Amino acid sequence: MAERSFKAEVEHLRLGEGEVFTGEGILAITKALLESGVGYVGGYQGAPISHLMDVLADAEELLSELGVRFEANANEAAAGAMLAASVHYPIRGAVTFKGSVGVNVASDALANLASSGVTGGAMVIVGEDYGEGSSIMQERTHAFAMKSQFWLLDPRPNLTSIVKMVSDGFDLSEASNTPVMLMVRIRSCHVTGSFTCRDNRPPAFTVKDAVANPRSDFARVVLPPMSFAHEQDKVKNRWPAAERFIRERKLNEFFGPAAGPDGPRLGIVVQGGMFNGVVRTLQRLGLADIHGQSDIPIYVLNVTYPLLSGEFLEFCAGKEHVLVVEEGQPEFIETQLGSYLYRAGASVALHGKGLFPLAGDYNGTVMLDAIEAFLRKVAPQTLPAAVRAPNQERPEIPDLSKTVPIRPPGFCTGCPERPIFAAMKLVEKELGKHQIAADIGCHLFASLPPFEIGGATMGYGLGPAANGAFDGGGAKRPIAIIGDGGFWHNGLSSSFTNIAFNKSDGVAIVVDNYYSAATGGQDIMSSRADNDTKSTKNPISRALKGIGINWVREIDRTYDVARMRDTIREALTTPEKGPKVIVASSECMLNRQRREKPLVAKAIKAGRRVEAPKFGVDEEVCTGDHACIRLSGCPSLSLKRLDDPLRDDPVASIDQSCVGCGNCGEVADAAILCPSFYRADVVHNPGGFEAWWAGVRSAVIGWLIRRRTARRLDFGGVQS
Amino acid sequence: MTMAGLLERRAADPRLGGIIKLAALAVGGQGGGVLTSWIEDVARSNGYDAQATSVAGVAQRTGATVYYVEMAPKGEASPVFSLMPAAGDVDIMIAAEMMEAGRSIQRGFVTPDRTTLIASTHRALAVSEKMVPGDGIASSEEVMAAADIAAQRFIHADFDTLAVKNGSVISASLFGALAGSGALPFPREAFEDAIRRSGKGVEGSLRAFNAGFAAAQGTLLEEVAPAPTAAPGLRGPKRQVEAYQALLDRIRRLPEPAWAMAEAGLRKVVDFQDIAYGAEYLDRLGRVAAVDRPPHDLTREAAKYVANAMAYDDIIRVADAKTRAGRHERIAREMGAKSGNLLQVTEFLHPRAEEIVSLFPARMGARWAASPDRMALLGRLFDKGKRLRSDSLTAFLQLYILGGLKGWRRRTLRHAQEMAHLAAWLDRALALAPRDYDLAVEVIRCRRLVKGYSDTHARGLSKFDKVLDGARMVEGRPDAADWTRRLREAALKDEEGKALDGALQTIRSFV
Repeated sequence: MAERSFKAEVEHLRLGEGEVFTGEGILAITKALLESGVGYVGGYQGAPISHLMDVLADAEELLSELGVRFEANANEAAAGAMLAASVHYPIRGAVTFKGSVGVNVASDALANLASSGVTGGAMVIVGEDYGEGSSIMQERTHAFAMKSQFWLLDPRPNLTSIVKMVSDGFDLSEASNTPVMLMVRIRSCHVTGSFTCRDNRPPAFTVKDAVANPRSDFARVVLPPMSFAHEQDKVKNRWPAAERFIRERKLNEFFGPAAGPDGPRLGIVVQGGMFNGVVRTLQRLGLADIHGQSDIPIYVLNVTYPLLSGEFLEFCAGKEHVLVVEEGQPEFIETQLGSYLYRAGASVALHGKGLFPLAGDYNGTVMLDAIEAFLRKVAPQTLPAAVRAPNQERPEIPDLSKTVPIRPPGFCTGCPERPIFAAMKLVEKELGKHQIAADIGCHLFASLPPFEIGGATMGYGLGPAANGAFDGGGAKRPIAIIGDGGFWHNGLSSSFTNIAFNKSDGVAIVVDNYYSAATGGQDIMSSRADNDTKSTKNPISRALKGIGINWVREIDRTYDVARMRDTIREALTTPEKGPKVIVASSECMLNRQRREKPLVAKAIKAGRRVEAPKFGVDEEVCTGDHACIRLSGCPSLSLKRLDDPLRDDPVASIDQSCVGCGNCGEVADAAILCPSFYRADVVHNPGGFEAWWAGVRSAVIGWLIRRRTARRLDFGGVQS
Repeated sequence: MTMAGLLERRAADPRLGGIIKLAALAVGGQGGGVLTSWIEDVARSNGYDAQATSVAGVAQRTGATVYYVEMAPKGEASPVFSLMPAAGDVDIMIAAEMMEAGRSIQRGFVTPDRTTLIASTHRALAVSEKMVPGDGIASSEEVMAAADIAAQRFIHADFDTLAVKNGSVISASLFGALAGSGALPFPREAFEDAIRRSGKGVEGSLRAFNAGFAAAQGTLLEEVAPAPTAAPGLRGPKRQVEAYQALLDRIRRLPEPAWAMAEAGLRKVVDFQDIAYGAEYLDRLGRVAAVDRPPHDLTREAAKYVANAMAYDDIIRVADAKTRAGRHERIAREMGAKSGNLLQVTEFLHPRAEEIVSLFPARMGARWAASPDRMALLGRLFDKGKRLRSDSLTAFLQLYILGGLKGWRRRTLRHAQEMAHLAAWLDRALALAPRDYDLAVEVIRCRRLVKGYSDTHARGLSKFDKVLDGARMVEGRPDAADWTRRLREAALKDEEGKALDGALQTIRSFV
């Protein structure tokens, strides 16, 4: 069960011709796929397109009604490979994953696909994880489109434009026998808005039709000499066909005054996805109206690869200065456009990087500064007086950079991964620091304070492989950490067969939280959930045994910090050679709460006995040293200042959000911290005998307490 | 270069003023997504075009995330909206936590010419604030002061508490505050309708909405804090009360600036042990006062730290605290237990051989502590985690008996150790006082470093020793007190004492 359910929203996917859809970008894309007669869809989750996978999964009923196959691919490479169905068959297919990392993983399949060429439209929907909110290295997908020859679509970020580009993209793919990439940026995926629907279209030729009538053609196989023919075909036939199609269908757009001798002598070329940012800046400078009608000519590249030399040069005709707005680096578009101008012997001055920063996202401030600087340089009279000569006194706003703490993401309240890293921290105190390689997933948060465990990540499923150089062992064993998501994505083949084959003397810890948790709680092979359409409940340990790893320890409750610590210590110190793998399993608390909360509420209501645990701190016992927090970092374990002049430091305090996972008590015990913690279980609907016996106990205890209280000074309930 | 043919300026599109730009900064899990969808819904159902964006992904795992909404009255064509807030171009900024309000100011989203800032004053502490051994909590006052300058209007309240009290989450009370602020051109009912249409937890959300609305309009009835009950009644056996009263009278013989602290200290040590112990406390303060002079910082600080030193954290104190009157009720209240519910309380105790020996008679304890074999034996017998169900009779009795060992306490090894430590520290400060008063005060304050249990306690003691060694190095210098303060503050910065070692290194470089 994914973190977010789209069951209600997917009903909107049934809207017909002329009806207006209002909602999120990812749903609009899904609707556009159905309107385009797609025959199969798939992909691999990852921000910002995780929810697109969730929508597809939740829409499976509708998809099968239409004869559309949905595959939750094992990884991006598998998703890319699935597009092979469009090579020989006239079936439209779409897969989605995040860029640039997903494209990295898929690149083998994508390169082969692009070489073979396609018959049915093939589309990769890439969630470009770049700029604020991104969780990966900052790179562009653009390079992949260029190197393998995928047409790269970057529509203006509104639902109407995005939906139109999905359908145009399939047409373009088929017209040029070339797969296309539809790039959606982080915010575009969740941007809301409206568009007018068309009817859903079942695929004319389904995947079932294809397997019933198999086809093959060795000319499509990437083997010499056909591979050389493919390359020639790419540039001689597919490319010109694409150019023609893009011009005829007017996929790129022009705004503002038309080019010509009387037109303005400056213009802006912009990636479709950057259009709204440019318009907002022009609006702020008084150069565009609310609907985006601009005083400055704008050439919008809804297709950023290939770039159309003719179309661009026509836009430049009669202009002296053209500004290219291209986010990210290297600046492929600007370089290519410069080359077009040079070859045409044009005298137009090209501006772009330099005015814009080389790296980083183009937020409002960057956009305003760069476009303002451009206009100041080439057309200062267009700028408002206030911008040209600012004389408004602005009050000095105090600098808060030293006050406001950073707030990076971290483990959620009750996360089952926390005790694993608390245990590792305890082992580190005993045995010293170890070489630790991490993977991709929630566990990577352990590299941040308070744990600071793990120094590098080399990619999804590559944690143990990243310790390859240390497989020979040494004074201290290297440790690798990998999540269950990473294990099934690529870890089993790239990491575990690697350590097994090379007889690594290292330790690998598999953090198994029952889901691909960091991407939103999607089911994977080892998930414990019942899933009608997917094979779940396949233990990781069995896969490990299967590839000949025999030292495997399974811990089925990660909150047992002492056992966790002892097992890690054993793995690090046992004389046994060869890879040692610890599979530490407990359910992702976010998902567990979502699953259990309604059930518990229902049970309490129905009068059944329920124990609800929560932790607390005796504030008079806590000394305010915060050692517990340094082994936890749980959001619900916080601090509070006491109203006591004798106390300097705030004491630990557990708030309402505690889910009673047990980590606090386990850590206090295993690390021998302090006796301040207690767990309180509120028993709802206790049994008759239980309630009677509790009454007896409480009467005796009450008598004992009263007896002692009577013999001592009572400071009116004020305890110091 | 010719500029002929270039466009000329025209007046800005007056309709642009109609775009309302609203940003919300929240911590993952605060319901920022719900808040955004309510706002969109209000706008759309009142004849506006609206667009919302958010940043999904791992940032939502307890990190800071930004939500953004733009809206404009519906026209003949769709407006072009921006997908992210720009510095200096935000009309309404909602910050769901105090430091997030600070962050929004830092990022330039709050400007005096246009921004209504709606901020919750509560704190969700960042890990970096919580993990320092001392007090690392960021200053809300600084953010409040900055907000007063940066915002055109600044609406603030503890919207988290308002929401929790009404059985809801902060998104609802903030939505109420947004309605109450009047910053959006929609009537109150329109906001409430949006909540109703969302269909989940409607009643709680509406209650929290109401509270938020009232808070923004300044009409929220402040809950009047119960009037302080005239001097908390001192109760107990008559002889003890009289003896305590006599001790209170002795406080009046100390310098006046130390009275309040000495009273708190006296209460603490008497509560820890007995009346006689309180008398000892005042004897010690008397010695301090004898060498003190105005402004009497020395006595006041000694009143605080001598009390803390005397009321050390031993097993007896912990067991007593866990078997006190009112504890069960307090826990039941905090856990939200209702009548008819039972409460089971599990204590997590882990005594080591050291703790066992610390309860032995001083001489015998010292002998045992010096013998690795005997300590190993005790370790085998006792050194394991104990989970005591303190609501059960047997476990309660164990704790109750331990907590009642006050009569035995003065004979224990722990007591002897603590008293020796206290004496050495206090004597040193008193000896310093005539020569360097300020340094003596700083040495007294170093007692703050000793806290925690087991290893944490040992680490605290070692930091205490290091700082006092450092103080000895700078003794005689005019800036000795200042250096000692710096050493103490450095010691509170991190667990391992890296900052402290650095500061000591600096001292060694110049002495």
